[in-house]
Amino acid sequence: MTYLIDRRDNPKQKSAVNRQRFMRRYRAQIQRAVSENLKGRHITDNDRGEKISIPSRDTNEPRLYHGAGGRVTHVVPGNKEFTAGDQIPRPRRGGGGGGGGKASNDGEGLDEFVFQISQQEFLDILFDDMELPNLTKRQLSGVEEFKRVKGGFSSDGAPTNISVIRSMRSATARRIALGASKRTELRELESELERLPDTEEAQPVRLELEARIEELRDRLTRIPFLDDVDIRYHRHNKEPIPHSKAVMFCLMDVSGSMDQATKDLAKRFYILLYLFLSRNYDKTEVVFIRHHTSAKEVDEDEFFHSRETGGTVVSSALELMKTIVEARYPVSEWNIYGAQASDGDNWPDDAGRCIELINRLLPLCQYYAYVEITQAGDKPLWQTYSSLSKEWSETFAMQHITGPSDIYPVFKELFRKQGA
Amino acid sequence: MSREPISTASDWTFELLQDYEREIGRVAEQFNLDTYPNQIEIINSEQMMDAYASSAMPINYHHWSFGKHFLGVQNSYRRGHMGLAYEIVFNSNPCIAYLMEENTLTMQALVIAHASYGHNSFFKNNYLFRTWTDAESIIDYMVFARNFIARCEQRHGVDEVEAVLDACHALMSHGVDRYKRPYPLSLQEEKRRQVEREAALQQQVNELWRTIPVAESPDAPQEKSRYPEEPQENILYFLEKNAPLLEPWQREIIRIVRKVAQYLYPQRQTKVMNEGWACFWHFHILHELYREGLVNDGFMLEFLQYHTSVIYQPPFDSPHYSGINPYTLGYAMMQDLKRVCESPSEEDRIWFPDIAGTPWQETLDFAMRDFKDESFILQFLSPKLIRELKLFSVLDDEEKDYLEVTAIHDDAGYQAIRESMSASYNLGNLEPNIQVYNVNVRGDRALTLRHDMHQGRPLERESAEEVVRHLQQLWGFDVILESVADGAVRQRIVHSELGP
Repeated sequence: MTYLIDRRDNPKQKSAVNRQRFMRRYRAQIQRAVSENLKGRHITDNDRGEKISIPSRDTNEPRLYHGAGGRVTHVVPGNKEFTAGDQIPRPRRGGGGGGGGKASNDGEGLDEFVFQISQQEFLDILFDDMELPNLTKRQLSGVEEFKRVKGGFSSDGAPTNISVIRSMRSATARRIALGASKRTELRELESELERLPDTEEAQPVRLELEARIEELRDRLTRIPFLDDVDIRYHRHNKEPIPHSKAVMFCLMDVSGSMDQATKDLAKRFYILLYLFLSRNYDKTEVVFIRHHTSAKEVDEDEFFHSRETGGTVVSSALELMKTIVEARYPVSEWNIYGAQASDGDNWPDDAGRCIELINRLLPLCQYYAYVEITQAGDKPLWQTYSSLSKEWSETFAMQHITGPSDIYPVFKELFRKQGA
Repeated sequence: MSREPISTASDWTFELLQDYEREIGRVAEQFNLDTYPNQIEIINSEQMMDAYASSAMPINYHHWSFGKHFLGVQNSYRRGHMGLAYEIVFNSNPCIAYLMEENTLTMQALVIAHASYGHNSFFKNNYLFRTWTDAESIIDYMVFARNFIARCEQRHGVDEVEAVLDACHALMSHGVDRYKRPYPLSLQEEKRRQVEREAALQQQVNELWRTIPVAESPDAPQEKSRYPEEPQENILYFLEKNAPLLEPWQREIIRIVRKVAQYLYPQRQTKVMNEGWACFWHFHILHELYREGLVNDGFMLEFLQYHTSVIYQPPFDSPHYSGINPYTLGYAMMQDLKRVCESPSEEDRIWFPDIAGTPWQETLDFAMRDFKDESFILQFLSPKLIRELKLFSVLDDEEKDYLEVTAIHDDAGYQAIRESMSASYNLGNLEPNIQVYNVNVRGDRALTLRHDMHQGRPLERESAEEVVRHLQQLWGFDVILESVADGAVRQRIVHSELGP
């Protein structure tokens, strides 16, 4: 007796639990590899997983086996020129001429254990222990899309929505109901006709009965098979889709004092923020604002690569951000995040204007983060902003970045779980 | 007799597979192959990788090392570094064979003959499998094991359970009985006995470690002999029964790992024979189908191409060489045995007086039933085959700075090569011989293991240290591993509870 079974549609991923166990055990190593890999990513490069490699000596499973040494006899196939007693110089690699089956144990083997993780796992690991501040506030806002759900049947609607089964069912019912009395009468007359004796004197009665039967039959056939009143339509109800969306404002100083290295650091910070936001929201938009003495909305490429010269007026960027928010991103629908990167320079007279603007912006924002990329100590903008962090401790945060290694820790710090 | 071929195209369908299976089964019966019922499952590549990762067990408990194995296979498969096996077969009743959906029809027919009739009959009839494995209850037992370990994880936490499993896996190769015979158990029986065992075992252990002094009879011998009195080879078994600090559930986990190791042990002892037997039969069964006209020339050409690439043995100096190919050796020996039976030469009559000229089916059946790789080679590796494979033996002695060719395929060398070849399949030599030697029962409870060095071969130190660390975790007190040669300790690894 043989059974032939098609298992191809069985759930795959029988090893999913084992895989999770593995990831859990090597969490620290994987996390290190992930933050390492972050360097090579683009800001909206959001669809691919990551290749993770961790040192294989960490993942080795120890066993008891023989090391090199002692006396071992190997039997080897394919002799061409040797005879008994021949001496062969020892090959320069422990194991000797044969025993290749154990090569992975004897030799060094591969140094790295390499595997793929999915995009989701990558983000999970990257943003482990982090959360968006004030996420709940407008989580479900921004209702503007609906989906259609089936909501029973109705007697009017568009022809495309006709329910054939329901329509035929009510037609059948109507035909039965309308014809019932006629059919009863018909049956009675027919049996009467049966009983009638086949004689001359019964002939007039017979004719009368036959005429009546004929008439009833005729009327029965005139009951319409399908009538307008029978038609039933599928009914659809509109249900709103809860929808959350976020917009991220990237503000950057592009004045002469910002060199390419500094911009690269800022870029990495923005990548992290973008990944983080798009993981939490259905839809994430990015607005790039660069500024020197005046601000301008640009695309990503221009944002990171073109250079400008001149002084710095931070308030111009804040002003533009506020204008854009009011024009395009109503607070009732959008979760607004601001991220500003700068080397900390600002026009001294601009400080007051900055404070005034940011005080008006912060109530609109879910969160506003300022990172100062500088080697030196507190720069003018840092001093300007430092008063804010007390007043707006919920929504405002600022951090220093001095080099690439700082970015991830600083980001973690900005978004660490409340109370964690 | 000439009949219509079963198929002429290369894509398989379930109907065609059934036709082939029926015909192959019929032919196998003509050849007197005694098999378990078959369960043939078609799976895709992802599922094949799953099967790889859990030692081909249809059901297994969860452990990170299986996940690691899966990721490793998946990565090399995706990058094209390795192909997946065409089939995997599991020793159970019914005998479960997994077939890859990507296989062509010819390949499916080949693997049905190979796995569902070749391996299957070997599993059912070889004495090692009959003695050590119980195909009826293994699936039940694995269900029990998986549930038990899952329950432990809920009760004691994943980390706790993982620590015990890690330690057990490290000792898995030394958790098998090589001589005693186990009893088959059913699931219910196993469950009932597990509860009993839990209570009884703990009592026994407590007895051994009693701290209340017993009035010693005056004529008791002063110096007690070692404990255990005889060295014990099954380290996991010893721990399960004697480790002082383990909880009952930890003992049960040791037992589970030990049982799995024991179940897989015969497969490692019969790799050459098992594959040889399966290749021999797929070759004969498909040729019989061809003779009957059920398959056409195209089928046979495709089949022979797979067949020859499976049994190809690269010479030692080829870049593809990675040891003796068990398929080649096993298949060649089986064919050779048939040749000795059917048309023995003078040489064969001298080397195989008992079997030369006997009916080949009976002789092969006898060889399949009552041997393992080591004894099979020692008994049946013929001079002719040694010449064909051009085998020679090389001595690698660390005290000399050259390798020495000790024997080649000539009259003087046949016996030596046969013996060396046999020895290289003796798991007792391949794996270090380590036994539980002594427990300091009256003192610090230190556990001493002895590695009896074979041909002066040392242990791989780094890995052995790790294993001893795991061992210490299970034992709870100091653990000493000594490598002994000629009565002298050559290497010593100590792990104490206070750290190395």
